[in-house]
Amino acid sequence: MIEVKGLRKSFTLGKRRKTRTVEAVRGVDLSVAEGEIFGFLGPNGAGKTTTARILCTLLEPDDGEAVIAGADLRKDPGAVRTKVGYVPQGGTTTDEVTAREELVLQARMYGIGKAEAIERAEQALAAFELTEFADRQCRTYSGGQRRRVDIAMGIIHEPKVLFLDEPTTGLDPQSRAHLWDEVRRLRDAGMTVFLTTHYLEEADALCDRIAIIDHGEIVALGTPTELKHGVAGDVVTVGLNGSGPKAAELLDGHDYVRKLELGEDGLRLYVDDGTTAMPQIMRVLDAGEIHFDTVELHRPSLDDVFLIKTGRSLRDK
Amino acid sequence: MKFLRDTWLVFTRQMLLVWRTPARLVIGFVQPVAYLVLFAPLLKTALAPTGAQTYADAYRVYVPGLLVVLVLLSGFFAGFGLLGELRSGVIERSRVTPVSRTALILGRAFSEVVTLMGQAVVITVVALPFGLTVHLGWLMLAYLMLALMALMACALSYAMAMLIPSPAALGPLINSVSQPLSLLSGVLLPLSLAPGWLVAIAEWNPIYWTTNGTRSLFTGNPGDVSVWAGMLIVIALAALTVTWATRMFARQVR
Repeated sequence: MIEVKGLRKSFTLGKRRKTRTVEAVRGVDLSVAEGEIFGFLGPNGAGKTTTARILCTLLEPDDGEAVIAGADLRKDPGAVRTKVGYVPQGGTTTDEVTAREELVLQARMYGIGKAEAIERAEQALAAFELTEFADRQCRTYSGGQRRRVDIAMGIIHEPKVLFLDEPTTGLDPQSRAHLWDEVRRLRDAGMTVFLTTHYLEEADALCDRIAIIDHGEIVALGTPTELKHGVAGDVVTVGLNGSGPKAAELLDGHDYVRKLELGEDGLRLYVDDGTTAMPQIMRVLDAGEIHFDTVELHRPSLDDVFLIKTGRSLRDK
Repeated sequence: MKFLRDTWLVFTRQMLLVWRTPARLVIGFVQPVAYLVLFAPLLKTALAPTGAQTYADAYRVYVPGLLVVLVLLSGFFAGFGLLGELRSGVIERSRVTPVSRTALILGRAFSEVVTLMGQAVVITVVALPFGLTVHLGWLMLAYLMLALMALMACALSYAMAMLIPSPAALGPLINSVSQPLSLLSGVLLPLSLAPGWLVAIAEWNPIYWTTNGTRSLFTGNPGDVSVWAGMLIVIALAALTVTWATRMFARQVR
């Protein structure tokens, strides 16, 4: 649905002699399949928004090619516009107008006739549970309600691809969960969703596939599970009461144990899949009549992935 | 057709916003009305040398000048609104749609013009009890001239806003353009009171001609040279500035 090759964009900052060039996007390649939620994860300033804005025709790339829903971004941006929806960071609702007015106007901007636009606005209001406040001015809405209006505007022309730029920034946890459900619903209805985020939980919970971007380059790409398994397996830590060396001896050599380490906190076993390894480990220890206090499973997070790929943690940002 | 339809869409949305924020409208004519009530009565005596005998004579000279100031200065500040909308993402939301780029800026300019003309009509009506009398046909022609001036000021302001997209720098720039333009056009007092050298400079100012033209229409001298000269000048300037602004807009925001 989205094919991107060698996308580049740099900006010149500063004035006159003190200019410096910032390479915001440095050769991004990616491919997004129809009907998936594709996440662009990275810290602020990594080039996420710039990439999304280029793909929505808002910015012209310096170099590279992109085909979105069959339309060539550089040769025919007009065709791209009819096929994509874009919800910018921070939203775009106007305080003084109502959700219904916003939706009708947005539909008409896409060339939809008046009667049809009114009909579509009505449907979108119902779909996003906005009917109740549809005729109240947007200034009275909560952050979550505004975001729903934004997304409803983004899909009013039934695009093939929806771009969401940091869709849940500034939302409370409940609104965020609600919004995730809305996005999943769109995907299930066949829409392709491209979203940028700097929240690990969001990328992990919502996205089918993720590209991790840093300094304008994609450093990792895959499903959340693939990415996490790619860096390191799971770690099972068994809390033992002095019988550590004996347990280590018993467990060493089992094929599901990649590596083991005896530490202060107990025995650390590096395994591929903690959920299947754990019962096996417990059975071995039981059979060897070794008493253990605790069994803990640590699965790598996307933050571990980010740390390994970039040397920095995304959380500290 | 698409372009006209898109312009209409943008225009009606902007008019809706004007309607929903009446405070802006009220502030827009509180000042001119204050001038009309508190300053204009001085003019009967002040304008006596130009042949003004009555309050009606004074208001026929003063009201058109006041309207020129209103459309020019308010028009010149339209760029700030555009900057705000460019920053808030309202325009970006339209830019991801296939809507005509020219319509995005023209629809906005037209809504400014219509709002200003509404204010101009109210000010004219307020001046009637003070003794202003004016021929309806010539008044309509004067409004047309004022509307074209408003359009020109608006388009110029949009272009300047895109040239210098910082509100802090745009203010002084607008002031430095609008102040000499209005001083050298005789909007407050007609330049027929001015010494020869000042008139000689003013003759290079296009606003001088349009101000005089508007004034001639109010005073019932439609045959005056300033009427057709002013009209030609303002048509040319409006066409020029609108072309400039729409081109810059299309290039800068894609």
